[in-house]
Amino acid sequence: MSTAHPAALAHQFESLEQQKESATLGMWLFLAQEILFFGGLFMAYLLYRWRDPQAFAAGSHELDITLGLINTVILIASSLTMALAVHSAQLSRTKALVRWLVATGVLGTAFLVIKYFEYSAKWEHHLVPGPGFHFPEAAIGGRAEIFFSLYFAMTGMHALHMVVGLGLLGWLLVPAMKGKFNAEYHNPIECFGLYWHFVDIVWIFLFPLLYLIGRHYHGAT
Amino acid sequence: MSAEATVPEVKPNYLTADHGLKSWLLTLDHKRIGLLYLLGVSFFFLLGGIFAMLIRLELLTPAGDMVQPDTYNRLFTMHGVMMIFFFLIPAIPGILGNFLIPIQIGAKDLAFPKLNLLSWYLFMAGGLATFGAIVTGGLDTGWTFYTPYSSTFSTTAVIPVGLGIFVNGFSGILTGLNFMVTIHRMRAPGMTWFRLPLFVWSHYATSLIQVLGTPVLAITLVLLVLERAFHIGVFDPTRGGDPVLFQHLFWFYSHPAVYIMILPSMAVISELIAAFSRKRIFGYHFVAFSSIAIAVLGFLVWGHHLFVSSQSVYAGTVFSLLTMLVAIPSAVKVFNWSFTLYQGAVSLHTPMLYALGFIGLFMIGGLTGVFLGTLGFDVHVHDTYFVVAHFHYVMVGGTIMGYLGGLHFWWPKITGRMYSEFWSRMSALLVFVGFNLTFFPQFLLGYMGMPRRYHAYPEEWQVLNVLSTAGASVLALGFLLPVAYFFWSLKFGAVAGRNPWGARGLEWETDSPPPTLNFDQAPVVDHEAYNYADDAATPGMKPLSAH
Repeated sequence: MSTAHPAALAHQFESLEQQKESATLGMWLFLAQEILFFGGLFMAYLLYRWRDPQAFAAGSHELDITLGLINTVILIASSLTMALAVHSAQLSRTKALVRWLVATGVLGTAFLVIKYFEYSAKWEHHLVPGPGFHFPEAAIGGRAEIFFSLYFAMTGMHALHMVVGLGLLGWLLVPAMKGKFNAEYHNPIECFGLYWHFVDIVWIFLFPLLYLIGRHYHGAT
Repeated sequence: MSAEATVPEVKPNYLTADHGLKSWLLTLDHKRIGLLYLLGVSFFFLLGGIFAMLIRLELLTPAGDMVQPDTYNRLFTMHGVMMIFFFLIPAIPGILGNFLIPIQIGAKDLAFPKLNLLSWYLFMAGGLATFGAIVTGGLDTGWTFYTPYSSTFSTTAVIPVGLGIFVNGFSGILTGLNFMVTIHRMRAPGMTWFRLPLFVWSHYATSLIQVLGTPVLAITLVLLVLERAFHIGVFDPTRGGDPVLFQHLFWFYSHPAVYIMILPSMAVISELIAAFSRKRIFGYHFVAFSSIAIAVLGFLVWGHHLFVSSQSVYAGTVFSLLTMLVAIPSAVKVFNWSFTLYQGAVSLHTPMLYALGFIGLFMIGGLTGVFLGTLGFDVHVHDTYFVVAHFHYVMVGGTIMGYLGGLHFWWPKITGRMYSEFWSRMSALLVFVGFNLTFFPQFLLGYMGMPRRYHAYPEEWQVLNVLSTAGASVLALGFLLPVAYFFWSLKFGAVAGRNPWGARGLEWETDSPPPTLNFDQAPVVDHEAYNYADDAATPGMKPLSAH
């Protein structure tokens, strides 16, 4: 061990570059795994939407499109702040890094708070699947239940990923404030950024599938 | 560092570098984690084996006289769950893959050692949760968890076992991810893709399935648990759901999962055939890519489990044809192994006995798989013992033969000691004979129409069932014998030395047991794998029968 060993270099790697490439590849593989994980839900959505498009359109109609839209904007903004955080880390700007990470965290939390109010409204309107489920339109009735099952399963699984993301963000904030990340070493920030963008992209698919498709057709009939 | 000053009297290896329970439970060394897997996997194998023996004892007589039908349902379910999720899937990658992949590619460790340790803890947590569910009442859905029985009607521990398998799934995903990154990024200088041992290629293919297939099972189990706990209706026809969707999602993972079990075994067999034929594997590139082909095709055949589940005849025909395609890369392997044997300097040491056994049994298992992939024939023998015999030929005849062969081959590397050649040959013989005696009669029973998963049967089938139970007893003996001589070898076995088999590969160029960082000097590779033809470099085979 005659060569200098940077503090951030784990023992199994030969160089920081190798370590970075490994971490990035690992994160991409993890995201590939995530796509398949959500894929099961999207499969169920496709099947049941194809079977009963009317019930799905009616279900869409009951979702709060304003809150959904606000949340979409919030998440896209959080992707921007996250990208700026990674950029700051690459330039060794510790203060900016911390600032953008905090901004990302605030936006992520705002998303979850709005989601909470959306869920509670569904609860009050008896739109949570189960014995208490009651759909306002008699013509659709219980057929809409499966839409709301998928709505809660898909957005719930997405929200869970947001919670995990916020946890990871808090965990990265401490070393970020201590100035551990710099141009030479910032894998964790970059990998976390990949994760955060991925969770955003899932929402970019969820929003049209759940909130938008078919809702105006339903209103017209 | 200067050599004279730092070399102590006994050179430390990965086993002696550190001491105490904590040094094991918090280890980041891939070799120690491999041994931790050996511990866990052996425990779950024992549990699964006990359930198997109880099943065979019940089937000794035609009347259902030993256990109640309810209990019998729990027995075959827990046998399947334990064996598949906690033995067959993790065994070879967890133990041998963990131990060998970094060494074979000339790395110090896997890319993510902490993740590797986490994988083991997830595996143990999942396994122990499942074990806990057994103690508190078991599970009776079959290992396949078919809805709506599992979601609505079963009164047993669906949720705990489902969550146990969910957690264990992430162990597999993270292990696969770790292997893939390691193989991509951690190879020693000169270790190009086509210089990799085929063991590594096959594990790469396995990892691909684990990373891309397992999450689908994970989300399916989540939906099952939600269905059962909150009745969300996704699999419930009375609420607009479809139970057959469960079967599609389940088999999208669980059919590729059989390749998660067999590919690592094929990984081992390639190494054994080359080492004990003293030849480079015939058609190296074909064997390497056949692993990838099996992994890819494996994702396209799940529908052959649904020939009688309301799938259209057209879809069934397509899945039937796709299923037969898998036979091509499988046959490529078998033919290439056979050609490797041809005119090789074949020696019949214990690992080679297992390898040859594997080829025979896998051929029977694989070819009956083509029968079952044939739409018309499958409808005839669906849910009979023919299916049971087929997948045991692949899983036990395939995976366990490879697992035991690999364990015998690398035991000297792992522990530094040799076991008894005589007794190990005996155990290989017992396993082979016992296995065939157990499962060949089941082909006949299945063809005559004996359905699986019943605790009683008509009297005319008793002779074949008695043979099967007798075979299971012989098989059990064959599995217990290695436990005895492996433990014996730790204290009394001859010291193995670096390369007791005269085999090729980086793992044989380091000490037995290897040092913590695997090599004293970072290896540089300048030759192909299996370079047995370079005579000058081939060490002679030691006579091992003397032990």
